[in-house]
Amino acid sequence: MQALVIVAHGSHLNAGSAQPTYDHADTIRETGAFDEVREGFWKEEPHFREVIRTVESDEVFVVPLFISEGYFTEQVIPRELRLENWDPDLWDSEGTDASNVTLEAADVDKTVHYCGPVGTHDAMTDVIVQRAESVTGDSNVGEGFGLAVVGHGTERNENSAKAIEYHTERIREMDRFDEVQALYMDEEPEVDDVTDHMSAEDIVVVPLFIADGFHTQEDIPEDMGLTDDYRTGWDVPGDVDGQRIWYAGAVGTEGLMADVILERAADAGADIGDALERVQEWTGGTPAAGD
Amino acid sequence: MSEHDSFPLAQATRDAFLEAVEASDSDDESPRIDFDGLVVDVDDGAYVLETPEGVHRGLALEDLERTLETVAPYVSNWYFWSHTVGGEGTARRAFLRWCEGTSSADDEAVPARYANLEDGIVRQWGQLQLTTRLDADGQGRGARQYEIRHVDDAAVDLEALEAHTDPYDAREIVTEDADGRYRPLKTAPTLVGGWVFDDLSSADFVETVRTVYPATVENWHREQRDELDVDHWLEAAERQTGIYDVVDELPREALEWVTEACCVDSQCLKRREWHYTEDDHLEVDGGDGEFPCREPCSLVIAAARKWAILESEEEKTWHLELTTSELNQLAEIVDAVADDRTEQIREADVYDGANRYRARYLRAKRMEEGSLRAESHDE
Repeated sequence: MQALVIVAHGSHLNAGSAQPTYDHADTIRETGAFDEVREGFWKEEPHFREVIRTVESDEVFVVPLFISEGYFTEQVIPRELRLENWDPDLWDSEGTDASNVTLEAADVDKTVHYCGPVGTHDAMTDVIVQRAESVTGDSNVGEGFGLAVVGHGTERNENSAKAIEYHTERIREMDRFDEVQALYMDEEPEVDDVTDHMSAEDIVVVPLFIADGFHTQEDIPEDMGLTDDYRTGWDVPGDVDGQRIWYAGAVGTEGLMADVILERAADAGADIGDALERVQEWTGGTPAAGD
Repeated sequence: MSEHDSFPLAQATRDAFLEAVEASDSDDESPRIDFDGLVVDVDDGAYVLETPEGVHRGLALEDLERTLETVAPYVSNWYFWSHTVGGEGTARRAFLRWCEGTSSADDEAVPARYANLEDGIVRQWGQLQLTTRLDADGQGRGARQYEIRHVDDAAVDLEALEAHTDPYDAREIVTEDADGRYRPLKTAPTLVGGWVFDDLSSADFVETVRTVYPATVENWHREQRDELDVDHWLEAAERQTGIYDVVDELPREALEWVTEACCVDSQCLKRREWHYTEDDHLEVDGGDGEFPCREPCSLVIAAARKWAILESEEEKTWHLELTTSELNQLAEIVDAVADDRTEQIREADVYDGANRYRARYLRAKRMEEGSLRAESHDE
């Protein structure tokens, strides 16, 4: 038997934080690729600490629903899962290369395949593009459009910016959008100045965040000048300095994220049959939240 | 003879049973089947079938097959546990056994248990009432059906409750309390009622319980086997890093107040098994819950961080002017907030010190810019 365990941050304060985790878990459960699919959280239950014991399978694939490598993927999750002999060097990563490592957990008699975060997988690039398609309602969106990928920046984690850069470069290489730009909340180039950094009349802004919360639903819309007060909402597209901003909200809510989770588990050796094809078929045209 | 003593077995049940009898290793000393009082063995080249009610000896395979119907409850019960539930040694199986009042082979004989299952065997798990019944349609397979509802809805007609069958529907039920506030702690005693999960399979039943109270079944199972891996406060606190690095600086005595604030039965239905250390026990009662708490949860850690920082402040002697009644009123307000009672205080009940008008009056008289007019002469 094989189990998939999706680990995510969760929240003590925000009831919606875990929703993307549940949604993607449900999608993957529907494929039947795993005997068990379970969610584990840092701030909710089951906690990282106790999630592995809730599965009966001997083979457990743990996929962190996090954007970048760093404090959570390298310290908190392995420690709380009690992964024996864990060392970040096992991933042999420069910041965006973590794939998977096979270890034992001290409190259970199981093999744990600990995967890199979803945010740095190549398939994530497609989810960002898919998010742009969702928010514009145009499956061919690209020509005449700019695409901005927004992240935290390096203040808390240097790898955060690496993940943003990585996907930005990959999308640029697709030669699909007129311009592709990485923007940050706490460093240059800042998302506040989105219209200074981009010249396209239409700009799709995709925050590389797992769940919608304070950053994606309050800070970024206000910082960009899309609204004076997040509580009154904003238009999609909304006018900023004469340019149209198509604000997508957290990329992690896109249905196609389930595909990235599956890719991570498959890379680590999970037998997932045709699950990837099925998930891509189901989530190919997921409308953006709030549409 | 009750209706449960004999009934037609499903073909799948017969086939599986005979297959299990024949497949067993003939060199093995142990009986071919030995489960819940039903024993099938081989003696002198013939089968022996035994239940607490009697023994049939000298049976050829065809005789054995014919005899099965006379012990139908035992055989269908065997089928349910070996083929429908399976999972020998798992928490899921142990929990399902507990739900029908069976935790060892010494418990009530199967026909008596079947009679109880006809009425429904009821267990309580936190605020959940769990009922196990025999499924009349699946009698020949020993099938059970399970129901889950809020304990407060025990006497409510099934039709009056909102019916669910998908275990993951429970996620929405557990998200908010009766006042619409987010419940960050799943085992807080604030689960709302008005719903029922009925006619569940054993797998969906356990999955629903898991969704309402995650990991409780697994930790309970470990405890049943004396294998609960308790992490006491100091171990859990010293493990923390980042912004939680400070929690191990919480004074020993403050942990008594933390657990009294957060972990007693009025706040959390888990039974706290952790202490300051394995040898340094807390005085605060751990509670009477069915399922154990094996380490400080993330809410306790997050709150303890705040308290660890607050406890680093020096105590001072303050001077402020209050009447005796005003001093008592401050205590009443703290009590009302701590017991989550403020919503219940009636608008015009000015006899309650935590009444809104009483609090506003005290603020108007004794406070300035959000603070009591207090002075300290300590350095």
